[in-house]
Amino acid sequence: MTALTTAGEPGPLRTARLRAGWLGVGIAALVVAAGAGLLIGPVTIAPDDVVRLLLGLDTDLTTNQLNIVREIRLPRVVLGLLVGATLSAAGAGYQGVFRNPLADPYLLGAAAGAGLGVTLVIVRAAEGSGTPAAAPVAAFAGAMLAVALTYALGAAGSGRTSTASLILAGVAVTSFLTAAQTYVQQRNLDTVRQVYVWILGRLSTAGWSEVRLLLPYAVVCFAVLLSQRRTLDVLAVGDDEASTLGLHPQRSRLLIVVAASLGTAAAVSVSGLIAFVGIIVPHTVRLLAGVSHRVVVPLSMLFGGAFLVLADLLARTIASPAELPIGVVTAFFGAPFFVVVLRTSRRGVLS
Amino acid sequence: MRAKRTFGVVSLAVAALLAACGDGSSDAEGASAPAEEADAPERIVSVSPSLTETLYAVGAGDQVVAVDEYSTWPEDAPVTDLSGYEPNVEAIASYDPDLVVASDLPPEVVDGLEALDIEVYQGPAAATLEEVFAQIEEVGEVTGHAEEAADLVDEMRAEIDEILQEVPEREVRPTYYHELDDTLYTVTSQTFIGELYALAGLENVADAADPNGEFGGYPQLSREFLLEADPDFIFLADAQCCGQDAETLAARPGFADLAAVREGRVVELDEDVASRWGPRVVDLLRTIVDATASYAP
Repeated sequence: MTALTTAGEPGPLRTARLRAGWLGVGIAALVVAAGAGLLIGPVTIAPDDVVRLLLGLDTDLTTNQLNIVREIRLPRVVLGLLVGATLSAAGAGYQGVFRNPLADPYLLGAAAGAGLGVTLVIVRAAEGSGTPAAAPVAAFAGAMLAVALTYALGAAGSGRTSTASLILAGVAVTSFLTAAQTYVQQRNLDTVRQVYVWILGRLSTAGWSEVRLLLPYAVVCFAVLLSQRRTLDVLAVGDDEASTLGLHPQRSRLLIVVAASLGTAAAVSVSGLIAFVGIIVPHTVRLLAGVSHRVVVPLSMLFGGAFLVLADLLARTIASPAELPIGVVTAFFGAPFFVVVLRTSRRGVLS
Repeated sequence: MRAKRTFGVVSLAVAALLAACGDGSSDAEGASAPAEEADAPERIVSVSPSLTETLYAVGAGDQVVAVDEYSTWPEDAPVTDLSGYEPNVEAIASYDPDLVVASDLPPEVVDGLEALDIEVYQGPAAATLEEVFAQIEEVGEVTGHAEEAADLVDEMRAEIDEILQEVPEREVRPTYYHELDDTLYTVTSQTFIGELYALAGLENVADAADPNGEFGGYPQLSREFLLEADPDFIFLADAQCCGQDAETLAARPGFADLAAVREGRVVELDEDVASRWGPRVVDLLRTIVDATASYAP
């Protein structure tokens, strides 16, 4: 099965290293997106003032304008970069591990688990116990518990965890937790808007505290996925082949899944559910720059960060000074792209 | 056999649609032929917290047999686990009502109730104060309390005039931001809430966020826009639901430097009063005027 190689050829094992040109393009995209995110917003602030402020020079800005750049735009851009990079790298990891082009970071139930956790916290807060400040923790715990449950169920009944049984277990866990979340939400409809706002993604209230929450998990996720990029290429060929090459497919798979899930859970906990980033960014990289994970993982991080910052820029400027939920923007651009991916990789999916 | 009527309200599309789903009797017909005392409904079910308040205020409280789970005022209203969000024909019918009042029942639920010979009055969310008054009078008519409702509206108008006496003449109108939750969902002047602030002589910083009503008057405001606008007053309608107060506001990035936070012009509202289009809109107006009348920008 060559589901991952969109061209249908057994590419992963042939020499395919990241070319400097693509690395340069990725870094340039990141810089351009971050620059645009810092300079453009609902409030017009002179670009030279923003640059002077970032360089630590004197500016004519008011206190509130200083706060806008330092406390609102800068953390929002940094968080967008981290969330986009984490979801994209995790998506690339999941797609590699599961040899399934449609795998996304929420495949193993992370989104449904996080959604249930947050809904419970918001509902309990409305009844006067607990505070929504616990929402990120609840989201993180819910996501990790859901993935653990999926892993336990996927491994049950057989000595080894096959990718198919894991994916099916993920479907079951997602359905169950979504049903539980919907039930709790319907029983507490006075809080439905808060839950809905959270589910559609909330970079709009990002601050440095969210950045500090996410950063350590993102770094671990990046480090593991980057270090496992060659392993991912071998796993893409098949477990038996990987074993003959001296790898432990089960162990490697578990390591990658844990790292990707950790990053996804942390990203979800600070930003809500942001759809499609983890699918469309890795696939764009595969279509453009090559299918080896030595290319896909690092470039997905760079382009994923850039993509989410630009999507967020649209979310806060299209209807300015009103905000649009970023999940709507990413899905609006992601859904059409998804169709293209489906069409171009159809041969791989069916084979 | 009792005529089945659907009383729509004013010009709102929802009401028009529902009226069209009835058996053709128009709003005007319903209004020109108020129910006789003898025909007045005896068992009313309300699945709208706003309309529950109106029912009791026009003197129809004795006829009310059940209200939905969020009808928290007045306190002696017979709260049940009925839901206005997810209305269930059977659950409502089990209280054997002859009139159901609601805000936005789906057409199929209205059809279901009318098939059981239960009258339905729909009063969707009011966009203006005049719509609030019109709805109170309509509730009076369908419950056999037309006169009391008319008196109530006169009283409310008089009270509002009296409250507005306290609003000073100002060269510059103070600005405000009305917070629905901590992700900065807010109201514009195109809502009945915004209209009250306008009456109190205040200017809404969020009007630019929804100039054409695309967000129904309830947009999510950009954080940086709010910092730049730096409103004179911040009204919190999320104090009870979400535990927001002046302190949590100041803890948000950049908010500590806002004039309203620095100078103590953050007002916590009762979020039930601040969201229901019923008799207590007068109380909301009084709170707003009391908090702002002595301030000059």
